[in-house]
Amino acid sequence: MTLPETTVISHLHPRGSLDVADHPVPTGKEEVWRFTPLAGLADFFDDTLGRSALGEGPYPARGQGYTSEVLAPGQGPHGGLTPVDRAAAIAARDGAGRHIIIDGVAEWVRVGLEPGQPGVPTANHLVIEARPGADGTVIITHHGRARHLGNVEINVGAGAYLTVVSIQNWDRGAVHLGQHEAVVGKDATFRHVVVTLGGDLVRLQTNVSYASTGGRAELYGVYFADAGQHFEHRLFVDHNRPKGTSLVDYRGALQGEHARSVWVGDVLIRPEARGIETYESNKNLILTDGARADAVPNLEIETGEIIGAGHSASTGRFDDEQLFYLQSRGIPGSEARRLVVRGFFATILTKIGVPEVEELLMGLIDTELAFDKEN
Amino acid sequence: MTNRSLAIRDLHVDVATETGPKPILKGVNLTVNPGEVHAIMGPNGSGKSTLAYSLAGHPKYTITSGSVTLDGTELTGLSVDARAKAGLFLAMQYPVEVPGVSVSNFLRTAKTAIDGAAPPLRAWVKKVNEALAGMQLDDEFAARSVNEGFSGGEKKRNEIVQLELLNPRYAILDETDSGLDIDALRIVSEGVNRYAAQGDRGVLLITHYTRILRYIRPDFVHVFVDGHIVEEGGPELAESLEETGYERWVRADN
Repeated sequence: MTLPETTVISHLHPRGSLDVADHPVPTGKEEVWRFTPLAGLADFFDDTLGRSALGEGPYPARGQGYTSEVLAPGQGPHGGLTPVDRAAAIAARDGAGRHIIIDGVAEWVRVGLEPGQPGVPTANHLVIEARPGADGTVIITHHGRARHLGNVEINVGAGAYLTVVSIQNWDRGAVHLGQHEAVVGKDATFRHVVVTLGGDLVRLQTNVSYASTGGRAELYGVYFADAGQHFEHRLFVDHNRPKGTSLVDYRGALQGEHARSVWVGDVLIRPEARGIETYESNKNLILTDGARADAVPNLEIETGEIIGAGHSASTGRFDDEQLFYLQSRGIPGSEARRLVVRGFFATILTKIGVPEVEELLMGLIDTELAFDKEN
Repeated sequence: MTNRSLAIRDLHVDVATETGPKPILKGVNLTVNPGEVHAIMGPNGSGKSTLAYSLAGHPKYTITSGSVTLDGTELTGLSVDARAKAGLFLAMQYPVEVPGVSVSNFLRTAKTAIDGAAPPLRAWVKKVNEALAGMQLDDEFAARSVNEGFSGGEKKRNEIVQLELLNPRYAILDETDSGLDIDALRIVSEGVNRYAAQGDRGVLLITHYTRILRYIRPDFVHVFVDGHIVEEGGPELAESLEETGYERWVRADN
C-alpha cells in the first residue's frame, strides 16, 4: 500500500543518505551541529577508522515472543533508518549489532551493551522489529567509557504496541552519538523512552514517521546533566500520513558549572497529514548556577485540517510555592527539593511500565541528587 | 499556661512587591491558648492571609518587628520546616500541586520529618486510611499526586487529612471554607472539631464568612481590618457582623 507523499524542503531536517560521502564533516556552523561541542570529536567523523561493536552482556528477558539474530558489520540497515548526519551514516555502514523481532508478547527484553575499552571507537546498529499485532518492550543499556556511535532502527508493524527504552548511563569520559529512527505502522503504538544520566557528551537524534494511518508515537525523555556534561536530544516527528498522533515529553535537571542540555523538537505536518494531533513539551529544572538548558521547539504546518498541534518549553528553578508547601509540613528544604525532582521525573519514568527498571532509574536519580544532602 | 500558648506580639510584616516592600501587618497582638478556637474575620485585603503565611514563614513576607512564640519557642527566626516541627500547621487556601509525589509518600515523609523517625508501617497505613475515610476520600486517593487534578473540595479535605495525621499543637486554617459545598463544609468542620476536641490544641480560623462558624464554634472572635485587630469578642460578635458587616471599621480606618 503506497500513499502519496509530498516533498517538503526544510532547513530543519537535512535529507538523509546512507552514503557517508554525502555527509561532510561538520564544522559547527551547520544548524544541526551548532549546539554540539565538536572539539575533540574528530575521530567520530573519520570514516577510515576501524570500529568494533560493543559486546552484549547477559541477555535477560521475560516472555517468549521474540527472536534475535546477530548482524555483521554493515548488515544493520533494514530500510527504516536513513542517516541524517555523518555519525549515523558511519554507524550504519560499520556498525554490527542485533536484530530483535517481537512476534507475540515479550514483556521485556534487555540488551545490555558492554562498556568496551576506554577510547576505542565502537559502532552498533540495532534493529528492532515488532511484527503486526505484537506487544513488547526492549530495553537497551549503555555504560562504561566508550567513544560510541550507536544507531537504533525500529519498525512497528500494524496494530503492534512497542516500547523501546534507551538508557545512557555512561561513565565520565564517554561520548555517544547516534540516531534512533522509527516507522510506525497502521494503528500501531510506539513508545520511546530515552534516559540520559551519564557520559561527557551524548547526542541522540530521534526520528519518527508513519507507514500508514492511525499510528501513535509517544516520545519521552529524562536527562540529568552534571558539571561539564553535554546532553543533546533532537527529535523529528514527520507526520507524513493522515490521522496519526505524536506526543513528546522531555524533562531534564541540570546542576553544576557548564552542565548543558539541548532539546530540539521538530514536528512536520505535511499536506497529506489531515486529522493528526501533536503536542511536544520540554521542561528543564536548573538546580544550581552555571548550568544552561536550550529548548528549541519547531512546528511546520502544511495543512490546517488537523485536530491540534502545540508545543511548550520551560526552563526554570524550583517553584517556591511547592517548596513552601512541603516545608510547611516539616519536610527540610533539601528533602523537599529531592521530592520535587523525583516527582518531576517519576511522571515520565512510570511510563516505562517495568517496575524493576523504574526503581533502578529512580535510584540513579537519587544518586545524582545526593549532592544536596549537605544543604 | 501562657508559655504553652501561641503568642503573637506587635507583629509587623512587609510583603515584597515590584516597587519595594509594602507594610501589610501593622502591630498584631493575639494569644491562642491550648484548647481554644479563635476566629479571625475581616474584609478582603485586610491582611488575614498575610498573617497566616507570615506565621508559617512564607519567603514572600518579611517580619520587620514583633515576636511569635509557640510553647515558648521564638518562631520568627526559624525556617519554614522548623516552625512546623515546633508545632505549627497551616491549612492553605490554595494548596499547591506537587506532580509525581503521591499523597501517601508526602504524608509519610512529613510525618517522619515532624516526629524525627519513620512511623511503624502497618499502624501508619491504617491511620492514613482512617483519616482519608473520615474526610470521605477512598484509599486510592493516597496514590494520586499531591493536589494535582484535585477538585477544590478534595484539596481542602486533603489539608484536613494532614491536620489530623500530623496533629500539630496549633493549626491555622486560612479560608478553609472557601469553595466548599455544604456537605464538604460539614465534613471538613467535623475533622477540625475532632482535632480541637483533644483539648490541648489551638485553632486559628481565618474566614470571610460566618457560615463555617455554625459548624466550628469559636471561643473568641477577632475583627481584622487594615493589618491589625480592631475588635474582639465572643461568638456573638460574629453574629453581629452578619448584620452589620465590616463597614464601620473600614470607614473609621480610612
